[in-house]
Amino acid sequence: MKIARRKLLQTSAATAAAFSASAVLSSRGRAADPIKVASIHDLSGGLDIYGKPMVDALTLAVEETNAAGGLIGRQIKLISYDPQSNMQLYTQYAQDAALKEKVAVVHGGITSASREVIRPVLDRFKTLYFYNTQYEGGVCDRNQFDTGVTPAQTVQKLVPYSMKKWGKKVYIVAADYNYGQITSEWVKKYVKENGGETLATEFFPLDVTNFGPSIAKIQAAGPDFVWSALVGGAHISFYRQWAAAGMNKKIPMASTTFAVGNEHIVLSPDECNGMLICYNYFQDLKNPQNTAFVERFHKRFGADYPNITELAMGTWQGFQLWAEAVKKAGSIDRMKVIEALETPIGIDAPSGKVTIDPQTHHCILDVHIAEVRDKKLNVLEDFSQQPPADTAAVCNLKKNPNDKKQYVIKA
Amino acid sequence: MDLVLVLVIQVLFAMASLALISVGLAVIFGMMRVINLAHGEFLMLGGYSAIVANQHGVNLWIAMLVVAPIVVGAIGVLVERTLIRFLYGRMIDTMLATWGLSLFLIGLVTGIFGNTTVGISAPLGGMAIGNYRTSIYGLVVIAITVVLLVAIYLVLRHTRLGLFARGTMQNPNMAAALGLSPPRVYAVTFGVGAALSGLAGALIAPISGVFPTIGIAYIAKAFITVIGGGAAILSGTVTAAALFGAIQEVATYFTTPVFGVVITLAAAIVLIRLLPQGITGRFLKRWL
Repeated sequence: MKIARRKLLQTSAATAAAFSASAVLSSRGRAADPIKVASIHDLSGGLDIYGKPMVDALTLAVEETNAAGGLIGRQIKLISYDPQSNMQLYTQYAQDAALKEKVAVVHGGITSASREVIRPVLDRFKTLYFYNTQYEGGVCDRNQFDTGVTPAQTVQKLVPYSMKKWGKKVYIVAADYNYGQITSEWVKKYVKENGGETLATEFFPLDVTNFGPSIAKIQAAGPDFVWSALVGGAHISFYRQWAAAGMNKKIPMASTTFAVGNEHIVLSPDECNGMLICYNYFQDLKNPQNTAFVERFHKRFGADYPNITELAMGTWQGFQLWAEAVKKAGSIDRMKVIEALETPIGIDAPSGKVTIDPQTHHCILDVHIAEVRDKKLNVLEDFSQQPPADTAAVCNLKKNPNDKKQYVIKA
Repeated sequence: MDLVLVLVIQVLFAMASLALISVGLAVIFGMMRVINLAHGEFLMLGGYSAIVANQHGVNLWIAMLVVAPIVVGAIGVLVERTLIRFLYGRMIDTMLATWGLSLFLIGLVTGIFGNTTVGISAPLGGMAIGNYRTSIYGLVVIAITVVLLVAIYLVLRHTRLGLFARGTMQNPNMAAALGLSPPRVYAVTFGVGAALSGLAGALIAPISGVFPTIGIAYIAKAFITVIGGGAAILSGTVTAAALFGAIQEVATYFTTPVFGVVITLAAAIVLIRLLPQGITGRFLKRWL
C-alpha cells in the first residue's frame, strides 16, 4: 500500500509536470486542453476498503488512455476527490466538479446513499454521471449510467444454486441500510420462487462487532444455509466469530457482498473456505484479456496488490464505456455522449462482453458463481449476457426520457 | 437447555468484554479525570501490536498478554509526558487534546498499515454444548477478565503502589508534602491505564479484526460504562458492565441488533437520570 501511494505521488507529479509543459508548448490553441474527468470515491473513513481499488482502476484506465494518445486528440485529466465517507462532502465535491471544474463526466459513489446524494446535483448542473458499484437496482435517470450488477443478475442465480446444493431453509443476515434491506427482499423473493423458506432476516448497523447472540439465534433456527449481505470492516467480525464457534463446518454460507471488500484475503482460508458468491468479475477469471489486465494492474500498483475487486473492474468498465462513446460521438458534449452510449455502446472487458442497455442505462454482462478456496475465488458456473431484468421491469428511458427517480422494486 | 447455557455464556462474555474495554478508561478518566477521547485508539493500537508481534513469530498468547500492554503502556507514558501533563485539572482541554491525538493516531496507523482490516483467527476453536456450538476463546476471555479485575483490586488495595496512586489522585499536594512525586505517579498511572487498554484491544482483536478506525466502535460503549459506573473505578466498571452487557445481550437475542443497541442506550439514560453520580455514587460508595 505504501509503495503504491508513493508511486501514485510520483506519477501525479510527473503528470502535472507533463501538463504544465504541454500547456507552454501548445499555447496556440485551446483545443489541446485536457478533458477533465472527476472521481468521487471514499479514500478514507469506513468505506475506504471499497474506494481505494476503484480509484486505482480509474487511474490505470486514464493513464493507459493518455499513453495511447488520449481521446479525440486530447489528454485526460483525472480530478480525484476524497469525500471521506461523509455525505456532505459528496454534495460539495459533486458541485465542485460540475461548476468549478466543469468536468465531462463524474465517476463516483459507493453506497446507494452517496449515489442518491450526488445524482440530483449532477442532474441539475447537467453533468454526465457514471455509478459503477453493484447495487440494489431501480435507478432510472437518463443522465446516469450504472455499470454494476443488480440482484436480478446475481441473487437470482446464486439462490437456486445454493438451494440445490444445501437445502431449502435460509437465514438472512444483512447490513442495516438501503442496500441490505432491499437485497434481502430479493433473496426472500427468489427463495420463495424456488420453493424454499426464509426462516428469519436480521439486520446489523454498520458498526456492530459482537455477533454472539445472533449466532446463537441462527443455531436455534437451524437453517440449511446462511445468506450474508453484510458490509464493511466491522462486519468481518461476523465471519470470524462464526468460524470461532466452529459453525462454518456445520452451516454453509452464500453471499453477494463477501469478497467485494477483500474479506477472503483478510480472513484465513479455514474461516471462509467453501462460501459461495456471485459477481460479474473475479481477479481469478481465466481468459487472455483478464490475464493481461491483471499483469498491467500489478505492474502499475505493485506485485503485492491484494486483489482486483469487482468494484474496481466496474469502475474500469464504466470509464471504457464512456471513452468509447466519446470516440463515437467525436465530442464530450453531454447529450451527444448519452446518445452515443444508447446506440448501444459495448466493450470487450476482462469480465467478458459488457453492453449498455439503452432502456435502463444499466449493463448487460456475464456473471459467475464462484467458491472461496484458499484465498482464491474458483469459478463454478458461468452465466453469459444477463440483462438487468429487475430495473427493466420498472424503467423505460426510451419511452420516458425525463424519468429521474429510483424505483423500489417490489420483490 | 443447551441454548440457555449458550446464552448464559454469551451474556457473561458480553459483560466481560465490556468490562475489559472500559477498565483502562476507568483508570484514566475515572481516577485521573482526563477525558481520554483517544481511548478507542489505544485499544486499536493494542490490537495492532499483538497482530504485528504474532506475524513476526511471537507466540500469540505472549503477543496478546505481554507485548500489547507493554507497547501501548509505553505509548501512554509518552503521551502523558508530551501532552496530558500540561492539562491536569482542565477537563475540556483534555477532551480537545485527546480528540486531536485520536485523529493523529488513526492517520498514523493508516499511513503505516493501510486501511484494510487485519486480524488473526481466534485460537482454540469451537466446542459443542449439546446441539449448539460456541467458541472456547470466548470462555478464555471471560476467565482472563476475571483474573485481571482481581489483580487490579489487589494492586490498588494491598500494595504501596496502589496506595500512592490513590493518594496522589485524591490530594496531589498532600502526597507531594509526604515526599511523593505526583508527576511521576501521574505518568505511571496513565501508562497503566493505557496498558490495560492495549491488553483489551489485543484480546478483542482475534474476534473482531483490527482496522485504523475501529476505536469508534468501542469508545461510546466504554464511556457509557465508566460514567454509568460512577466514582469507584473497579466496582463501578464491573457493575455497569454487568448491567449493560446483560441488557444488550438479552435485548439483542429477543429483538434485533438494532433494538439491542437502542434498549441499552435507553437503559443508560434512565440510569444516569436516576443516579446522576453513577451506580457507585449511591451504592457501594466505600468500594474501590
